[in-house]
Amino acid sequence: MNPLRAIGRPALRVTRGIGAVTLFAVRGLAGLRPFPWWAILAQLLQIGWLSLPVVGLTALFTGAALALQIHSGGERFQASDVVPAIVAIGMVRELGPVLGGLMVAARVASSIAAEIGTMRVTEQIDALVTLSTDPIRWLVTPRLWAAVLSLPVLVAVGDVIGIMGGWLIGTTSLGFNSVTYIANSWAYLEGWDVMSGLIKGAVFGLIVALSGCWCGMRSGRGAAGVGRATTSAVVAAAVGILAANFALTGLFFR
Amino acid sequence: MIEVRGLRKAFGQARVLDGVDLRVGQGESLCVIGQSGTGKSVLLKCILGLIQPDEGVILSQGQPLEPYRFMRRFGMLFQGAALFDSLSVWQNVAFRLRQRMSDRAARAIALEKLARVGLDRNVADLMPAELSGGMAKRVGLARAIADDPAVIFFDEPTTGLDPIRARAIDGLIRGIVTETGATAVTITHDMASVRAIGDRVALLQGGRIVHDGPVASMDQAPALAHFLA
Ligand SMILES: Nc1ncnc2c1ncn2[C@@H]1O[C@H](COP(=O)(O)OP(=O)(O)OP(=O)(O)O)[C@@H](O)[C@H]1O
Ligand SMILES: [Mg+2]
Repeated sequence: MNPLRAIGRPALRVTRGIGAVTLFAVRGLAGLRPFPWWAILAQLLQIGWLSLPVVGLTALFTGAALALQIHSGGERFQASDVVPAIVAIGMVRELGPVLGGLMVAARVASSIAAEIGTMRVTEQIDALVTLSTDPIRWLVTPRLWAAVLSLPVLVAVGDVIGIMGGWLIGTTSLGFNSVTYIANSWAYLEGWDVMSGLIKGAVFGLIVALSGCWCGMRSGRGAAGVGRATTSAVVAAAVGILAANFALTGLFFR
Repeated sequence: MIEVRGLRKAFGQARVLDGVDLRVGQGESLCVIGQSGTGKSVLLKCILGLIQPDEGVILSQGQPLEPYRFMRRFGMLFQGAALFDSLSVWQNVAFRLRQRMSDRAARAIALEKLARVGLDRNVADLMPAELSGGMAKRVGLARAIADDPAVIFFDEPTTGLDPIRARAIDGLIRGIVTETGATAVTITHDMASVRAIGDRVALLQGGRIVHDGPVASMDQAPALAHFLA
């Protein structure tokens, strides 16, 4: 077998796949005329509002655990008073967006893929086309925009709750003074730390909704097809988030 | 007029359509029959551009058929009804109407179309999940005819209905064709329906059209003997 061919074929397939997904995303994001107010609002509720409890709880426990870890780690070189600053920076730059994004991936990418996949296998997508409606505009556009808009807000809420989680542990069991803890959290936090996390959130939102829509649209036949689409959507979203996080961190903080 | 020439479609190894040629004249009612799994639904979806054929052309008035341009004039009843399950019954029926008129006007037309398929107004606000199979089929039918399309495709309109209802639906389809001059392509397993609605009947078998002739003389066609038995 020709080795060039063995490399070339998968490479071509990957390139073609990336191209197709990019085109899909562009078409999805561009379908805003006429502006789908109601559809976007409904999706904001589904994707943003209903994810608040999961994201909030995740942030709370993460912030608390982070405070404990940094405290015990910091003691090794007599630096345990950096807890508030490191918890704040770690939350807003990294853990808030990444864990928030992953939780939303689990909750939202799966439900989008299952919903659109079911519509695909029950021919509802075909029916949309026969009723002169572009399925991408009707189904994908509102979901992409709702996710892109709501993830930064979720991340911001998660940031605050995460810092509060650290504060809770810091003041109740690590011996910090409440006022000093909050002052220190503030003092070392820069605007760009927060901003970069929010930008990450928006990108992760796009990745989550895009994975769900793409996998759902391409769902195989039957219940098994929808099941596979759902799994792929969550896996793609999670891996995509972690890879994008690495790339963005490199870009923002090199 | 719609014309299909040399249509071929395979799914993996399975050759489903293997050179289908078919014409439907303006205002004509064509019935397509054939055993289960021979590719009748695939044929309709190829004509509508929902499935990309491997080979062959589909012409409308002699022009290649571009789905999005022609779709406005088309109506389609899917075999499984394919109702949007996030929308209520009347919103399903009025789906296309609501794109160009007020909800109130669209709802009025939807109620009228629902009445034509034998569903009364308290069905209008149900969700598709609350319907029986036959009711869903009739809602799908109402949706297909809601915008008075010039060309209508029916994929097994009477399957799953009781005989009385089935004859009523046959009458409805025949009525639409004669009243509005619409072109209709109906897939069916029900020879009584063929007699009631068809001008012509085509038999799909082994991926090809093996019989194509007027309904009036179908009793003499040897190819159809098996179906008429
Ligand atoms: N999307 C698809 N992918 C793979 N195979 C398909 C697909 N759609 C249809 N087929 C296959 O094509 C063949 C014909 O299917 P089709 O639904 O057109 O049959 P049919 O003539 O409409 O049968 P019935 O009368 O039972 O509805 C079947 O063997 C089916 O498995
Ligand atoms: Mg069929």
